Amino acid sequence: MNSIVISAVLGVIMMFSGIFLKKNSSIVILAILGAALLLAVAILEMSGFHFFPVNTHDMLYFDVFGLLFNCIAFASTLIYFLLNARDIAAIGHNPGEYFALMFFVLCGVSIASSFNSLLMLFIGIEIISIPLYILTGSDKRNLKSNEASLKYFLMGAFSTGLMLLGIAFLYGASDKGSFFLDDLALGKAAGSPMMMTGLILLMSSMAFKVSAAPFHFWTPDVYDGAPTVVTSFMASVVKAGVFIAFVRLFMDAFGDIKSQWQIFVAIITAITLFIGNITAVFQQSVKRMMAYSSIAQVGFMLFSLLTLNTLAKEGIILYTAVYSAATIGMFAILVRMKDFSFEGFNGLARQYPLVALAATIFLLSLAGIPLTGGFLAKYYMIAAVMKTGTYLWLVIFALLCATVSVYYYFRVIQAMYFKEGLEQQLDFSAGFTGILILLALIVILLGIFPQLLINRLYIIYI
Amino acid sequence: MVPVLLIGIPLFAGLIGFSLKDVAAKSWSLFASLLVLAVSLVGICLPAESKQLHFSTAWMGSLNSHFAVALDGTGQILTLLTALAFPIIFISTWKEQYKKANNFFGLMLLSQAGLMGVFLATDALLFYFFWELALVPVYFLASQWGGDRRIAATFKFFIYTFLGSLMMLTAIIYIYFHTPDQSFALASFYRAHTQIVTDTQSWLFWLIFIAFAVKMPIFPFHTWQPDTYEQAPPAVTMVLSGLMVKMGVFGLLRWLAPVLPMGTYIWGDTVSLLCIVGMVYASLIAMRQNDLKRLVAYSSIAHMGLMCLAVFATAEIGIQGVMIQMINHGINIIGLWIVVYLIEKQFNTRKISELGGLASKAPVLTALFVIIVLANIALPLTNGFVGEFLMFSGVYSSKATTYNVVFTVVAAITIILSAVYMLNMVQRVFYGSTNAVTEKGVDIRLNEKMVLGLIVVIIVVVGVYPEPLFRLTQGAVDSLLSKMFVKP
Repeated sequence: MNSIVISAVLGVIMMFSGIFLKKNSSIVILAILGAALLLAVAILEMSGFHFFPVNTHDMLYFDVFGLLFNCIAFASTLIYFLLNARDIAAIGHNPGEYFALMFFVLCGVSIASSFNSLLMLFIGIEIISIPLYILTGSDKRNLKSNEASLKYFLMGAFSTGLMLLGIAFLYGASDKGSFFLDDLALGKAAGSPMMMTGLILLMSSMAFKVSAAPFHFWTPDVYDGAPTVVTSFMASVVKAGVFIAFVRLFMDAFGDIKSQWQIFVAIITAITLFIGNITAVFQQSVKRMMAYSSIAQVGFMLFSLLTLNTLAKEGIILYTAVYSAATIGMFAILVRMKDFSFEGFNGLARQYPLVALAATIFLLSLAGIPLTGGFLAKYYMIAAVMKTGTYLWLVIFALLCATVSVYYYFRVIQAMYFKEGLEQQLDFSAGFTGILILLALIVILLGIFPQLLINRLYIIYI
Repeated sequence: MVPVLLIGIPLFAGLIGFSLKDVAAKSWSLFASLLVLAVSLVGICLPAESKQLHFSTAWMGSLNSHFAVALDGTGQILTLLTALAFPIIFISTWKEQYKKANNFFGLMLLSQAGLMGVFLATDALLFYFFWELALVPVYFLASQWGGDRRIAATFKFFIYTFLGSLMMLTAIIYIYFHTPDQSFALASFYRAHTQIVTDTQSWLFWLIFIAFAVKMPIFPFHTWQPDTYEQAPPAVTMVLSGLMVKMGVFGLLRWLAPVLPMGTYIWGDTVSLLCIVGMVYASLIAMRQNDLKRLVAYSSIAHMGLMCLAVFATAEIGIQGVMIQMINHGINIIGLWIVVYLIEKQFNTRKISELGGLASKAPVLTALFVIIVLANIALPLTNGFVGEFLMFSGVYSSKATTYNVVFTVVAAITIILSAVYMLNMVQRVFYGSTNAVTEKGVDIRLNEKMVLGLIVVIIVVVGVYPEPLFRLTQGAVDSLLSKMFVKP
């Protein structure tokens, strides 16, 4: 409860910060402090300090899985603010509002990571989505940003409709007439056509929100059109948060009737991996490549949904952490680049060796090369499937796709290190570079000692 | 402690190397590589039961993976080769000027650490980590400091290897879930095959074999190799062909044949056929090459094919030969590359047709080179003879296949072919009359003489008295054969 309340309060404070604070830099500092506070209360909540003992009538359920994810999401946001807060403030004329919207998104994320009822899921997802529609269009004078915002809003509204319909079906199908996750697939309801219809509608709309194929069509345009700083937030914290909700929903509500819907997830996984990776190969802009790569990464994350065992649970925590870190790092660099094409990265290593080094580590992690967290994250996903002993074809297919992904990630590395480029005056300050290196070190640390994070799942103070 | 030092010294020396000045980095890495050589020699001298040869500590608890390294017979041979090769490479390319030399030498030492790890790991996940750790620095080395088409060639190499590695990873995870105690330890892997039915072993075999086949390389997974060898800078080519290809053979010996004995047995004939085809094919192509580097590259494919063939023959004498030949081939081919490098540096060409008459200008180089070539085509009294003779005996006496005679005969033909193209090359490059290009040729410098001299000494000593190497590997050969399957 700590994080839900504090993030909402912080959102309100940031909204009015423009009245008291005239300078952008003070708003930026306030936002960074806010994110740090949020992280602190989330960690305290994990350690058993509950500041707001609210009776939620079981609508929310705070387990260590959700709370740990909150910590990851807030830590990612803190690093994101440290790297890019100045760029967020520079999007337009109302810096306080952008931060306010982001804190509201975080509020939605913390609801989505701890819901126990479909209603709370719906509220959480909507609290995440609505501020994002605005943020996508926050670069008001840019036509692409406007287009992206409208597209996102229309498609998002449509998928929200599907979700509501699905929830209604599930409600109608359940024996007790209840929205609670535990009651959805009990007794006669389990496997009934009405429940399956609801399940598939819900699955489609969640797949839309995490941009899994074939519901991904909005992603490249929205990611490309939105201001790059906002894309960074959407592709990392938001995507991970919604994915956690996705896993949580299916684990708690439909885990027992896995055999009936697994095949749908398998198909979505295969299509997502294929489309994400193959299309990424043909991109000319690194920003668009990252959009497709984020689709491809979702393909791997979907393995956890397919299996829902212990390894999957541990793996998805690790995956969201290293994926968010690498994505935030890559986008932070992109934000400061003038040219988003692959050629724009030519010769970067000569001019900014440390930035190029950090970017290389992020890309290696995304590609899943050992010693980086990305490898172990993928390892957990594959192992989770192998443990069930089924869907081996999907594993082999995923590995072929992972090999394809090396192609487009390494194009950036090749451009930075092996190609000659023009001198560029880019805004990589010492502090910025330092935080990037720190982030890269975290990615490597998680690649060598994943238990630093995963063991947290088993330390319970509550 | 010894295995930890073998990995740790190059690893940390490499990391330090990045921060040094260019000239200092060069001396620093030579120093570090000599230190590794010293440690490796100490490791050889220690008795096999010494506690210093093993190290294990918990690593990833939830996965039951350990940081477990050990130095045994096969590992000793290959770590010795690795430890010996790096100083040789550094000294022989001492005069080479690299842009950003500190990065070059740092990456070289990192790749040495990766190689050492591969040869020492006794935990499957750790093995996989090092397998990739050896690859990544080499990718950067070859892409940054190589020839004109280096980026594409090296990338092809990387993709091939990466795909193979991922296949292997799948198999490792599968086997892990079938080990009696859900562990990545080598000992548990050796017990897993009892839980895996033959049909499953037969497809698992390919998942792992492709990873090793790409590295060696075995036909038809070899297409990356000539391009990469040609485009990589000389020092990296030596690492690739002298050491990294051994990772493939080593993988067969430690992580495939004993882990999946039935799979290995079932596919023995198929793989042997691929080896034979590759040997003949590579030899024929080598005969038509006009480029020294490509010629050596194809000859390497032929030699690696023979090693793989001998592994699958599953005969004691043949495996013994593979052990010896791994170190021999490493030494010999590094010698060949050094000579190719010296020629290219002096005359700015690798075309055989443009060279000629070097013998009159560089008699020392010629003499040393001829001995290395003779070792490469396995003339008696050279180290190549010992290894290849044992392998041929192994293939001929193999009980694992019914086609042993055919395999032996065809493989023997490729030896003749190798004599044809190697001697033909020597004749056209070193003998005959000098031309405009080679007119001003001079003999090699002292450091180059020393290195090539050392290689020749090793060639002759091992060729005349291979007994110590046999003793070193006997235990490993016996324990390997006890785990492999041969038709009763």
